[in-house]
Amino acid sequence: MGLEEKLPNGIVLTSVEKLVNWTRKASMFPATFGLACCAIEMMTTGAPRYDLGRFGMEVFRASPRQADLMIVAGRVTQKMAPVLRQIYDQMPEPKWVLAMGVCASSGGMFNNYAVVQGVDHVVPVDMYLPGCPPRPEMLIDAILKLHAKVMDDPINAVRAKEFEGQRTDLVASSVRYGKDRTQPIGRPGAEPGVDVGVKW
Amino acid sequence: MSSTYTVSGGDWSELVDTINADRARTVQRGGDGADGTGLVMPDNEPFDPTDSGSDVESDERIIVNMGPQHPSTHGVLRLILELEGETVVQARCVIGYLHTGIEKNTEFRTWTQGVTFVTRADYLSPAFNEAAYCLAVEKALGITVPPRADVIRVLLMELTRISSHLVALGTGGMELGALTGMTAAFREREEALHLMEYLTGLRMNMAFIRPGGVQQDLPEGSIDRITEFIKVMDARLPEYDKLLTGQPIWKARMEGVGVLPLEGCMQLGITGPMLRSAGLPWDLRKTMPYCGYETYDFEVPTLTEADCYARFKLRIAEMHESLKIMRQTLERLREPGPVMVGDKKIAWPAQLSIGADGMGNSLEHIRTIMGQSMEALIHHFKLVTEGFTVPAGQAYVGIENPRGELGCHVVSTGGTRPWRVHLRDPGFVNLQALPALTEGSMIADVVAAVASIDPVMGGVDR
Repeated sequence: MGLEEKLPNGIVLTSVEKLVNWTRKASMFPATFGLACCAIEMMTTGAPRYDLGRFGMEVFRASPRQADLMIVAGRVTQKMAPVLRQIYDQMPEPKWVLAMGVCASSGGMFNNYAVVQGVDHVVPVDMYLPGCPPRPEMLIDAILKLHAKVMDDPINAVRAKEFEGQRTDLVASSVRYGKDRTQPIGRPGAEPGVDVGVKW
Repeated sequence: MSSTYTVSGGDWSELVDTINADRARTVQRGGDGADGTGLVMPDNEPFDPTDSGSDVESDERIIVNMGPQHPSTHGVLRLILELEGETVVQARCVIGYLHTGIEKNTEFRTWTQGVTFVTRADYLSPAFNEAAYCLAVEKALGITVPPRADVIRVLLMELTRISSHLVALGTGGMELGALTGMTAAFREREEALHLMEYLTGLRMNMAFIRPGGVQQDLPEGSIDRITEFIKVMDARLPEYDKLLTGQPIWKARMEGVGVLPLEGCMQLGITGPMLRSAGLPWDLRKTMPYCGYETYDFEVPTLTEADCYARFKLRIAEMHESLKIMRQTLERLREPGPVMVGDKKIAWPAQLSIGADGMGNSLEHIRTIMGQSMEALIHHFKLVTEGFTVPAGQAYVGIENPRGELGCHVVSTGGTRPWRVHLRDPGFVNLQALPALTEGSMIADVVAAVASIDPVMGGVDR
C-alpha cells in the first residue's frame, strides 16, 4: 500500500520502534533463575522436545549482565528475595520479568512465614504464569505473550505519552493465530476486524 | 542469632572473623596446623587479625562466594569457598534459600492434604515423598494397603527414579559442559513424564499416592503405555554409555574426583548412590523392604571407586534395574483389585471418575448421598472436609529414594491433622559430605562433586 508498492524489490519500510522491538523480542536471553519445581519445567522447555530455540531463546544466560528476561521459576523465599532483587538490578535495561508458577505469582499454596507472597513484592512483573508447575506449553505461551508485549513497547518518552494509560492487548495465541480470529490485532480501542497493530 | 543474612556481604565478614580466630588459636597452640586447614603458622610471628594475608602461604588466599544463583550449584545452593590459587582449602555450604515451610504447612491441613505438600519437597522424586509420608501415616494408623495399591506405588516410584536419575545426569552433565548429555537426558525424561501424566494425570507433583492406597486406579491402556515406555528406554539407555561412559573428557572430569571412602560415608550418615559407590550394598528396598519390594527380582549395583564417575555409572545401572522392576509390575497390574483400603472411615468415600466437567466423584455416589442417604452425605462431608483421625502416637518409615534414605516421621495427637511431619531428606544429609569431597581439590572439581551428590534443594531446605 502506498509508497511501498512503488519501491523496487528488496526495500521494506518500517518504523524504528518496530525494528527495535523486533530485535528485542527475537533474541531474548533469559537468565538462569531456576528455584524449584518450575525450574525443571523451564529446563525441559529449553530441551529438545519443546525447544525454546525456535523463539531465539535457547541460550539461558548464567550472567545477569547478559540477560534481559528473568523467568522466576519457583517459590521465592524470604531468604532468596534479596538475592533475586540483586540479580534483577544487575540485569541491563530493557529487562522483563516472568513470574513462572503460582508460587512466584502469588505465593500459591505456601501461604506461610517462609515464602514471599508473589515475586511482585520484590521486582516488577510483566507476565504472570499460573500452574504448579505450568507445563512447558504454558511457559511457551507466556513467552509468546511477552513477545507480543515487547513488540508493543513504545520506544521513547514521546511515544510512551501517546499511549499513556493503555496496555498491550494480550490475546491468547490460539485466538490470535486461529482461523476464526475476530479480535483485532494491536492496541485496545482499535476497530474490530481492522488490523492496526504490528504483524510478525 | 540475630544477624541478617544477605548477599551484600554482611556474613562474609563474620566468616573471615571466624577464620582469623581459628588462626589465632593455631598460633597460640604453637602452629601445629591441626585445625584441618593444613596451615602451619610460625610461632614467633605476632598475630594481626586485620591482616589475613600476612604470611606467604595465604598470599593467594581468597574467599569466593559461589551461589545461590549460580548455574553449577545444582539449585539455590550457596558455597563459600576459601581458595589458595585454584585449590579449595575450605568449603562451606549455606542452605535455606528454598526453605518453604512445607513441614509446618502440613500441620494445618488434614492428613490427606499433607500429601500435596510433601510431594513438592524433593520435586525431582515426588512419588517417593508421597510414599514415605503415606507409609508413615499408614504405620501410625496400623493399616496395610491392598496389594494392587502397592504395585502401583512401586511402579510410580521406579518411574520417578528413572526420571530423577535422568535429571541428575542431565544437569550434572550440563554443569560439566556436556550439554549434549543434558539434551539427551531431558529427551528421555520427557518420555517418563508423558507416561507419568498418562498414569496419574500430572507430570510432576502428582499427589497420587494417598494414605490408604492410591488416589484411583490406573487408566485403561496403561499396560500398553508402560510396555512401550520400557521398550523405548531399553533402546535409549545404552546411548548414554556411548555418549558419556567411555568419553575421555567425561572420565577426566569425574574419575578420582570427589572421593569419599566408606569410613567417611558411615561417619557422615551418607546413603544412596554415594554410599553404594563406596562399596556397601545398602539399599532399603533390599535391607528393609517396603511396598512388597522383597517380591521383586532386582540387583543393587555397587562399585568401590567412591568417586564421581562411579556414582554416574551407578545411576545408569540403577535405571536399568528400575526398568527391570517396572517390567515385573506389568504382570501384577493385570490382576484387578481395590487400590484403596476398605475401611470407610479412612478411604475417600467415592471412587473418582471422569464426568462431563472433568474429574470428580462418581455420579452414582453423588446420587446416593444427595438423594437417598443423609447419613452417607454426613459421612462424606465429614471425611472430605475434616479428614480421618490418626490415633495418638508416632511412626517413622524410611524408603530408598534416588538419593538415599528418605525418612518420614509423623507424630499424631489423635486429631485429624498431623502434630508434626518431618522428612529426613537424603540430599540434606549427603550435602554435609561436601567439605570432605572438595577440600584439597581444584575449584572445578567442586562442580563435579556437587553434581555427584545430586542434592535437590527443595528436599534439602523443604
